[in-house]
Amino acid sequence: MKDKNSISNTIKVATGVCLVAAIIVSTAAVTLRPHQEENRNAFRQLNVLQAAGMYEPGMDVAAAFERIERRFIEFDTGEYVELDASFDPIRAARDPARSRALAEDPAGIGRQARYGEVFLARDEDGELTRVIFPVHGYGLWSTMYGFIALEPDLNTIAGISFFEHGETPGLGGEIENPSWQQNWIGTRLRNDQGDMVFRVDRGRTPDGVPDADYRIDGLSGATITANGVQAMVRFWFGEQGYEAYLRRLSEQLNNAEVLI
Amino acid sequence: MSEHKPREVLLAPIFANNPIALQILGICSALAITTKMSTTVTMCIAVIFVMTFSNFFVSLIRNIIPSNIRIIVQMTIITALVILVDQVLQAFAFQLSRELSVFVGLIITNCIVMGRAEAFAMQNPPLISAVDGFGNALGYSVVLLIVGFCRELFGSGSVFGVQIMPLSTEGGWYVANGLMLLPPSAFFLIAGFIWVLRTFRTEQVESEEFEIGPNTRVSPAF
Repeated sequence: MKDKNSISNTIKVATGVCLVAAIIVSTAAVTLRPHQEENRNAFRQLNVLQAAGMYEPGMDVAAAFERIERRFIEFDTGEYVELDASFDPIRAARDPARSRALAEDPAGIGRQARYGEVFLARDEDGELTRVIFPVHGYGLWSTMYGFIALEPDLNTIAGISFFEHGETPGLGGEIENPSWQQNWIGTRLRNDQGDMVFRVDRGRTPDGVPDADYRIDGLSGATITANGVQAMVRFWFGEQGYEAYLRRLSEQLNNAEVLI
Repeated sequence: MSEHKPREVLLAPIFANNPIALQILGICSALAITTKMSTTVTMCIAVIFVMTFSNFFVSLIRNIIPSNIRIIVQMTIITALVILVDQVLQAFAFQLSRELSVFVGLIITNCIVMGRAEAFAMQNPPLISAVDGFGNALGYSVVLLIVGFCRELFGSGSVFGVQIMPLSTEGGWYVANGLMLLPPSAFFLIAGFIWVLRTFRTEQVESEEFEIGPNTRVSPAF
């Protein structure tokens, strides 16, 4: 056999190994992609249902999701826009053409897409039961991604779910804890004057405070994560977030207009 | 070159020559993914797969790998296998792959995989190399499973997600040990494992680098 350290052999082996490895990897990636997309999609849908409080273990997620309408909105105007179904606000936020850098950025997300998505859940009669909004914000270590569902009064939280975060397990990671999330249900964002008074407490909300309806128990040992959650909620339901859309939607609901 | 007996090659790395406990390799992932049994088991299976096949393939072409680029050739083989595992997990075990996140990818840099490819597979025929990879991955798995079991049991009061000790946050009696969920706890557990192991296998105890000489001071203590 020829000298294995010769230049020609080096090039041959390098090329051969790369080629074989490349073929294996790309075959795997291409053949498995449909499965992966399906999983990712189903996982998002599951989280939307969870936030809306419509999820029960073992249910058929895809079938339940048929009653949920996905719409795209423009943040500035609050109008519905037509976009391709593959639109992903998180991905769009990285694209300078479809997003803006935030000057005021309490949620620590850097850039925000111009368009967002909302999910409208209806009951059998077509009556609006929940509006679900994707939200994200920076906690202690990581960006937390989740969904928040509102009641048709567009002020009362009907549920929350987080589907991706990298907070400390057992501390900030408790944002995933169902018993903590339970605490969100029925909490309101704005008071009667229309001011955003929602907050996440430090520790447990004291008994008997007059504004208990607007407060959520904190997470002990995870103050920064909890502050991040508060900033996230205030940001997304504030001026830069879904406020314009919420105003428009509530006018429509009050005038009993048909949603377009 | 000495002959290797398959049985020895397979079983030695589990206790006698454990890659984590004796060679102190591959600690990084042992800290990161052992908070739960489900992720631990997945990680073990992934490492067993990668190591068995990386050793096999490296050994298969060991006679034509030019020595200048041998490390990068090994890395390419290992990387391809790891990506394969990652893709399969994303397709068929989505929830687990999300929990393992980057750590599947980090198998590439797991010192044990590279270490065995370089130390064993480059010198031995394919089949025995595959057995060696499998054995070392088993040794790694044993430690991971023990660490994962302790961390999940004492950190979350459960095993494989099944609640064994009801948590005080959910109205039970067990106050979860938060330290167990943080990476440093794995250090303590691995250290404990090494201690127990070396109590029974005293040949693994390293000799002191230097000994303190006897006291030569003549005057009595003051």
